[in-house]
Amino acid sequence: MARLAGRRTLFAAPVLLVVTFGVFAIAAASPFDPVKAYAGTAALGADQETLDRLRANLGADQPFAERWWRWLTSALTGDLGQSSVMRQPVAQVIAERLAWSALLCAVAFAVAVLAGTLLGVLAARRPGSWLDRTVTSLAYALEAAPVFWIALLAIWLFALQLDVLPAGGLTDTASEQVSTGQVASHIVLPACVLAVSQLPWFTLYVRQGVGDALAEDPVRGARARGLDERTVLLGHALRSGLLPVLTLIGSRVPELITGALLVESVFSWPGIAAATVQAATAVDFPLLAALTTLATAAVLAGNLLADLLYGLFDPRVKLSEM
Amino acid sequence: MTTRWIRGAAVATALAGGAAACSAPGGGEGGGGPADSVVIGVASEPDTLSPLLGYGKDGNSKIFDGLLTRDAGLRLRPALAKALPEVGDGGLTYTYTLREGVEFSDGEPLTSADVVFTYRTILDTKTNNTSRSELDAIKEVRADGDDKVVFTLKYPYAPFAGRTVLPIVPEHIAGKQDPNTGAFNTKPIGTGPYVLADWRKGEKLTFKANPTYWGGAPKVKTVTMAIVEDDDVRATRLRSGDLDGAILPPNLAATFDDDENKKTYEAKSYDLRTVTLPTAGKVTGDRAIRRALDAAVDREAMVDKILDGAGRPAYGPLPVDDPWFAKGIERGQDLAKAKRILDEGGWKPGADGIRAKGGQKAAFTLLYPSGDKVRQDHALAYASDAKKAGIDVKVESATWEVIEPRMKNTAVLAAGGSIGDPDFGLYTMLHSSLAGNGFNNMGHYDNPAVDHALDTGRRGQDEATRETAYRALQRELVKDPGYTFLTHIDHVYVLADRWQGLTTQLEPHEHGFASGPWWNLEDWQPKK
Repeated sequence: MARLAGRRTLFAAPVLLVVTFGVFAIAAASPFDPVKAYAGTAALGADQETLDRLRANLGADQPFAERWWRWLTSALTGDLGQSSVMRQPVAQVIAERLAWSALLCAVAFAVAVLAGTLLGVLAARRPGSWLDRTVTSLAYALEAAPVFWIALLAIWLFALQLDVLPAGGLTDTASEQVSTGQVASHIVLPACVLAVSQLPWFTLYVRQGVGDALAEDPVRGARARGLDERTVLLGHALRSGLLPVLTLIGSRVPELITGALLVESVFSWPGIAAATVQAATAVDFPLLAALTTLATAAVLAGNLLADLLYGLFDPRVKLSEM
Repeated sequence: MTTRWIRGAAVATALAGGAAACSAPGGGEGGGGPADSVVIGVASEPDTLSPLLGYGKDGNSKIFDGLLTRDAGLRLRPALAKALPEVGDGGLTYTYTLREGVEFSDGEPLTSADVVFTYRTILDTKTNNTSRSELDAIKEVRADGDDKVVFTLKYPYAPFAGRTVLPIVPEHIAGKQDPNTGAFNTKPIGTGPYVLADWRKGEKLTFKANPTYWGGAPKVKTVTMAIVEDDDVRATRLRSGDLDGAILPPNLAATFDDDENKKTYEAKSYDLRTVTLPTAGKVTGDRAIRRALDAAVDREAMVDKILDGAGRPAYGPLPVDDPWFAKGIERGQDLAKAKRILDEGGWKPGADGIRAKGGQKAAFTLLYPSGDKVRQDHALAYASDAKKAGIDVKVESATWEVIEPRMKNTAVLAAGGSIGDPDFGLYTMLHSSLAGNGFNNMGHYDNPAVDHALDTGRRGQDEATRETAYRALQRELVKDPGYTFLTHIDHVYVLADRWQGLTTQLEPHEHGFASGPWWNLEDWQPKK
């Protein structure tokens, strides 16, 4: 297990190198001008001398490969550089926002896994029942629905029509402290929307897995021995039926991240999303590279986690062979 | 871009379905909040709160003060300086004496060293201040004792005092940091009426009254500026009572007319919409075409139809009720005149109604930045007016990345406007020495009479000379219009009616954060 983790970590290094280099190359080729983005509306009144001076100060006149190398070497010593668009050190930008994004993703993920498993098991118990048909067709419909559309619908229903939940922000606009209660009520909508966007995958996988397991000999045997339904379901069917879900957890991480970006935008959640969009359109290399590295690392870690869990729960899998 | 679009869609959906629910009379909440706190919705947030990088450069910063400030009529008043500056040496030196007993909000006293530090840092080429060229005239700034600051200029610059509304930062804090990225950008300390309590980027800024403010502690104790990009979302949150006030487009502001608890404020502005007619263009560079367009355009109709009446026709770069406006240049739409000018200029009507001269059709492209509804409407109205005179204007939208390289040859629906002095906006827009310099003089306008008037206005030491120069300039622009000036837009604000005696100032092109009825928030008096 340690070997697997170690090997994956070694493998992650070149992946991250390639990804950050790619980000710098793509950003340099984009039509966006970092100087214009930095100056904002002030650029419209700025003379050429000011723009040229900014270009030199921001280092925007240097080739991207050189900038990438400089960023990489200083990042390895722990200095992530300065974000031009935020006028802050990159580490500070990330520190201020990452926690809120992580909280949102974690809550959404937990809700999605738990609710997905529950719905999947319920549907699998009586294949073809009205419950199964409802859950399955809802899941297929949600699979096709874009996450921002669900978000808009949720705001319309819960914030505007029913007026039971706040439509955006981390706290009420007038509230001065970030209290647990405030955050708890404000996170409900964004987290549920994000969870709902992930839900169909878990539901469908669990339904299939548990459904297959219920039809297998060991389960039929257990039933034949007169064990009660609960034990059969939880002790036998669920354990083998959940295995495919473990791989799914890893593979859903990238979509969770992109989904979170959209959800944060719609709900004015002060996470990393707005910074990511701004960093990209402003060609803010240091910030963009750091955020990309983070996202890539999250995906790699997600995959590793899935494999490790698989090894733990499925005795047929030997981690040493992976 | 994506965010804006998404939020727009959110509201479209919400409004389509929620109109019925929202129409319930909801005024009760709006008037109920405490009068010593206010929550304002604005469209954009500052990139930085450090004056060293340009925050508050035109005054009206809530956290900082400048040497001078402006009153409701935009007249200069002493702030950190005890009095208006003494001007000496034929307009080359400006001496300011500092007010006594002013402290920064951390308790340290303000001295002349802080003023010198502020100006020197902004003038330093390493500092990424985008408006540094506004201080071009300064040759040297030095302290004369603890309470006097002396500016020496390179050339006599009459409106210089208007530049010293720039906020002053404490050297003992900002001096220890990199001005481009230091913590001061997000944790500012100043001498102003308010202290920044919290800034959650992209969501809101919270300010607390500064109890030791030299001008007296403000009555409004807490101010929250919520960043809500989308116009419709801002209106919805204002209606729900989440916001006390907001800047809104005129049509959305009109939906609050029946709400007894809300008051609407229309601020007149220098916010100009104009069409650049590049000198290099075969059609747009022709004086007959330029004059014909100027006569053909229906400014009144644009104000009524596009701006819902919240604006004024622009007969030149200065708004009609500005003290520097040259009375007598007002002119209505005159299609007969436009056709006569074109006939005299040799532009003959073709079979399709479009005029031509020597094989050159009277046709050109007009670009506007995509996504800007107000500019799009202006561009379309302009094209339709031009067509009536036989000039074919093709309207095209594009991003600034696409527009910028084409500005030299292609007409653009431009916007702009600076307050304080005619020199601030006009010199960069019209002087031939700045043609094509960044976004200055986008149309490469070149007219010796205008250049002369701009130089006289800039250096002239007495008011009468300057006034004559700027009036001559405005009349010259009517004879040789390198721009078609269309409208000056009013900025509309809706605010809960819990305070008294609120006013608005004439506002520049940028607005919402510093200007608006909250320009003098520190002086607001609660009604009860």
